[in-house]
Amino acid sequence: MYRVVKRRELAEAIVLLEVEAPAVAKKAQPGEFVIVRQNDNSERIPLTIMDFNREKGTITIVIQEVGYSSALITDMQEGDSFVDFVGPLGIATEIENYGTVLCVGGGVGIAPIHPIARGLKEAGNKVISVLGARSKDLMILEEEMRAASDEVVIATDDGSYGIKGFVTHGIQSILDKGVKIDCIWAIGPAIMMKSVANFTRPLGIKTIVSMNTIMVDGTGMCGACRLEVDGETKFACVDGPEFDGHKVDFDLAMKRSGFFRNEEAVAYDKIKSCKSGKEGK
Amino acid sequence: MASKAPRHEMPTQEAKVRAQNFNEVALGYSAETAIEEANRCIQCKKAKCIEGCPVGIDIPKFVKQIAEGAFSESARILKETNTLPAICGRVCPQESQCESKCILGVKGEPVAIGRLERFAADHEMANGNTKYEKTKPTGKKVAIIGAGPAGLTCAAELAREGHGVTVFEALHVPGGVLMYGIPEFRLPKNVVQQEINNLKDMGVEILTNQVVGKITSVKELLENGYDAVFLGTGAGLPYFMKIPGENLNGVYSANEFLTRSNLMKAYDFPNNDTPIKIGDQVAVLGGGNVAMDAARTAYRLGAKDVYIVYRRSMNELPARAEEVHHAEEEGIQFKILTNPIAINGDENGNVKSMTCLKYELGEPDASGRRRPVAIEGSEFELPVQTVVVSIGQGPNPLVTTTTPGLELNKWGNIVADESTMATSIPGVYAGGDIVTGAATVILAMGAGKTAAASINEYLKTK
Ligand SMILES: Cc1cc2nc3c(=O)[nH]c(=O)nc-3n(C[C@H](O)[C@H](O)[C@H](O)COP(=O)(O)OP(=O)(O)OC[C@H]3O[C@@H](n4cnc5c(N)ncnc54)[C@H](O)[C@@H]3O)c2cc1C
Ligand SMILES: Cc1cc2nc3c(=O)[nH]c(=O)nc-3n(C[C@H](O)[C@H](O)[C@H](O)COP(=O)(O)OP(=O)(O)OC[C@H]3O[C@@H](n4cnc5c(N)ncnc54)[C@H](O)[C@@H]3O)c2cc1C
Ligand code: SF4
Ligand code: SF4
Ligand code: FES
Repeated sequence: MYRVVKRRELAEAIVLLEVEAPAVAKKAQPGEFVIVRQNDNSERIPLTIMDFNREKGTITIVIQEVGYSSALITDMQEGDSFVDFVGPLGIATEIENYGTVLCVGGGVGIAPIHPIARGLKEAGNKVISVLGARSKDLMILEEEMRAASDEVVIATDDGSYGIKGFVTHGIQSILDKGVKIDCIWAIGPAIMMKSVANFTRPLGIKTIVSMNTIMVDGTGMCGACRLEVDGETKFACVDGPEFDGHKVDFDLAMKRSGFFRNEEAVAYDKIKSCKSGKEGK
Repeated sequence: MASKAPRHEMPTQEAKVRAQNFNEVALGYSAETAIEEANRCIQCKKAKCIEGCPVGIDIPKFVKQIAEGAFSESARILKETNTLPAICGRVCPQESQCESKCILGVKGEPVAIGRLERFAADHEMANGNTKYEKTKPTGKKVAIIGAGPAGLTCAAELAREGHGVTVFEALHVPGGVLMYGIPEFRLPKNVVQQEINNLKDMGVEILTNQVVGKITSVKELLENGYDAVFLGTGAGLPYFMKIPGENLNGVYSANEFLTRSNLMKAYDFPNNDTPIKIGDQVAVLGGGNVAMDAARTAYRLGAKDVYIVYRRSMNELPARAEEVHHAEEEGIQFKILTNPIAINGDENGNVKSMTCLKYELGEPDASGRRRPVAIEGSEFELPVQTVVVSIGQGPNPLVTTTTPGLELNKWGNIVADESTMATSIPGVYAGGDIVTGAATVILAMGAGKTAAASINEYLKTK
C-alpha cells in the first residue's frame, strides 16, 4: 500500500517522495492535492501533487518539515508505506493558452508550481518562472523548473543566489523589461502570496494563488478549510485550492492557519525528544 | 406469561463519572433484566409495534426468544430484517418509532424494544457471531458509493444474494456518520467495527480512500464492469449561520468538531496526532441530536461551561428526549429562546464572545410550532471561546455534480423513486441521507435494503 519508491533530499528539511498510488496517478492533474496519513495514529495531512507518472503509477510529493506530522513524513525511507493516501482532491488548474504567464514559487511552494508550469508550457504559453527562497541552499527543483519554463528568474532573501530580495522583486525585474504578463500563478507561504497579490492588484494582472488552509477530510464535509474570498465563505478543499488572489482575505487565512499552534508544538516536542534519543544511541 | 413489572431502566454510568470519560453511557441490560423486560411483552396477535419500525422487524418474535433465554436465536431473527441491530438498538429514536406504537404504552410504559434489541445483538457479538452461509456467486457486480448505514446495508443484502459487491468510501475508515459523527460514548466504535467485519466475512470488498467524483465516476464504474451502482453518500455538507464572525478561530462546524474527536481520536491527543482545541466556555448552536453530541463531547474534552443555544423552547428541541435528559444530567446548560446574531473575536482572531438576542414564542408557523420572535432590546453578550455550529447538513455535491443525467431536487438531494430507490439513470440507485436529507440510521438502512431488492430484480434482467 502506498509505498515510497524514491526519496530525495532537496534541501535541509525538504524531502521529495515518489509514492506508489496507481489509481491516484491515473487521474491526477496539476493543481490537485492528496491527503495522507503516515500511520494509524496520524493526522490527515494535505500535500500538493508535484508530479505524477501514469505508467509507473506513482505520485511525487515534496514536503517540508514544519511540525510533528510533516517530520514523520520527511523521515520516511524508500520501502516505507503510508497507511492512507487519498486523492486526487481539489479542482485542477485551468490550463489554457493565456499568452505569457508567470509561475511564482516560494520555498516549498516551488513543488506545486512545477506541474502547473509544465502544463501551461505544453498548452503553448510562454512560461516565465520566478523562484524564491530564503537562501541559495534552500532553493529546490531549479533544474526541473528550468525544464518546465522558457525563462527562470531567481530571488533569495539574503542575495546568496539571483536577485537579492523577494519574488515580488523578481516580478518587477520582468516588468522592467517591458514584458506583458497575461496571468500569474503564485504558490508559497501565505505571506508571500499576499504580497504578490498586493503587488499585482494595482497592475490589474490576474493572479491565482493556492491556499494551504488547515484541512481534515478534504471532501467538503468538515469546513475546517474555510476562507473568505470576495467576502464569501469558501471551502479550500472543494472550491479550490486555487483562488483569485486579489479576492482572498489573507489576514484571516493566516490567523486561521495558526489556530492549533500550541497543540502542534506539544506534538512536535514528542518527535524531537525521540529524535534526540535516536541520535544518542 | 406477560409480567406486570414496570419498564426496566437502562443501567448507565453515573452522570458525574461519565462526563469525564468517553466510555459508553448506557451499560446494557443483564440477562435477568432482559428476560424480565421481554416478559412484559404480551405478544400481540396484531403487533402494532412492527408498524412503527421502518424496516418492519418481527418484534414479538425476537422478544419472545429473549424471554425464553434463547438469545442467539433472537439475534438471528433480528438479523433477518436488520443487518445492524447492535447499532439500531443504541441509536434508533425508538420513542417515536417502534415503542411509540407498543400497546403497553397506551396505559403505561411501552416494552423497551430498543434495549432488548441491543441486548440480543450484544450477546451475539460477545458469544460468537452466526456465520453467514456463502451464497453461490451470480457473477454480477455492484458498486456501492459511501460506507454509511445505507451503503453497508445495501452491500450486505446484495452479498447475501451472491452478487460481487465493492464499497467505495472516501474516508480512511468505513461507517459514515456511525464512525465520524456519533460519539464513542453513545455508540462504541468497536461495535461498528464488528458489524463491518461481518460484512467483510460475507465477501463484501470495502475500499477506503476512494473519493468518487474524483478518483472515478459513476459512469466509469458502469463502463468498467459494474452492473449497477448504489449511491449512499449521506448529508455531509455542513451549514453555517451566515452571521458575522463565523470564520473566527474557535468556530467549528459540528462535523469538524465531532470528526476530530471521534474519527481522528483527538480526545486522546497527543497519543493520536490530530489536535482539538476547546475553550472554558463553549456554545453549541442548534437543538438536534448532533448538537447534543457536540455539547457532551465538549464537556468531556474539558470545557467548564457548555451551552446549548437554541431559538425555541425545551418543548421544540428536535433531539431525542433521552439525549436531552442525559445532557442535562451531565451538566450541559440550555440557553433556550436565544439566538446569536454575531460572533466576536479578539485582536488575534480568536472567539471571545457571542452577541445574542432573547426570543419569545409567537403564533404557530407553517410547521405547527410556535414561531420564535426576537424581543426588542434583549441583546446581550455571552462570553465563549468556542462555538460549534450544529444547525444541519446538506448533500455533498462531489458525486452528484460529476454524474451527468442524475436528477436532483432544489436542495441538491438525489431524486429516487420511493418504492424502488431507482434514480433517473438506469442501473443507478440511491438511498439514505443523500435522498431524504439528514434523517436517521434506520431510515438509511431501510432505503439501502429497498434498493438492494430492486437492484437484485434489475440484475436478473441483465
Ligand atoms: C492544499 C494543500 C497543499 C499543501 N501542499 C504542501 C506541499 O506540497 N508540501 C508541504 O510541505 N506542505 C504542503 N501543505 C502544508 C502541509 O499540509 C502542512 O505543512 C502540514 O499539514 C503541517 O503539519 P505538521 O503537523 O507538520 O505541522 P504543524 O505542527 O501542524 O504546523 C507547524 C507550523 O506550520 C504552519 N502550518 C500548519 N499547517 C499549515 C498549512 N496547512 N499550511 C501552511 N502552514 C501550516 C503553522 O503555522 C504551524 O505553526 C499543503 C497544505 C494544503 C492545504
Ligand atoms: C452527530 C450525529 C448524530 C446522529 N445521531 C443519530 C441517532 O442518534 N440516531 C439516528 O437514527 N440517527 C442519527 N444521526 C443521523 C444518522 O447518522 C444519519 O441519518 C445516517 O448516518 C445516514 O446514513 P447514510 O448511509 O445515508 O449516510 P452517512 O452515514 O453520512 O454515510 C455516507 C458515507 O458516504 C461517504 N461518501 C460521501 N461522499 C463520497 C464520495 N464522493 N465517494 C465515496 N464516499 C463518499 C462518506 O464519507 C460517508 O462515509 C446522527 C447524525 C449525526 C451527524
Ligand atoms: S430497528 Fe429501530 S425502530 Fe426497528 S425495532 Fe429496532 S429499535 Fe425499533
Ligand atoms: S405492541 Fe408491545 S406488547 Fe405488543 S407485541 Fe409489540 S412490543 Fe409486545
Ligand atoms: S477539509 Fe473538510 S471541508 Fe475542506
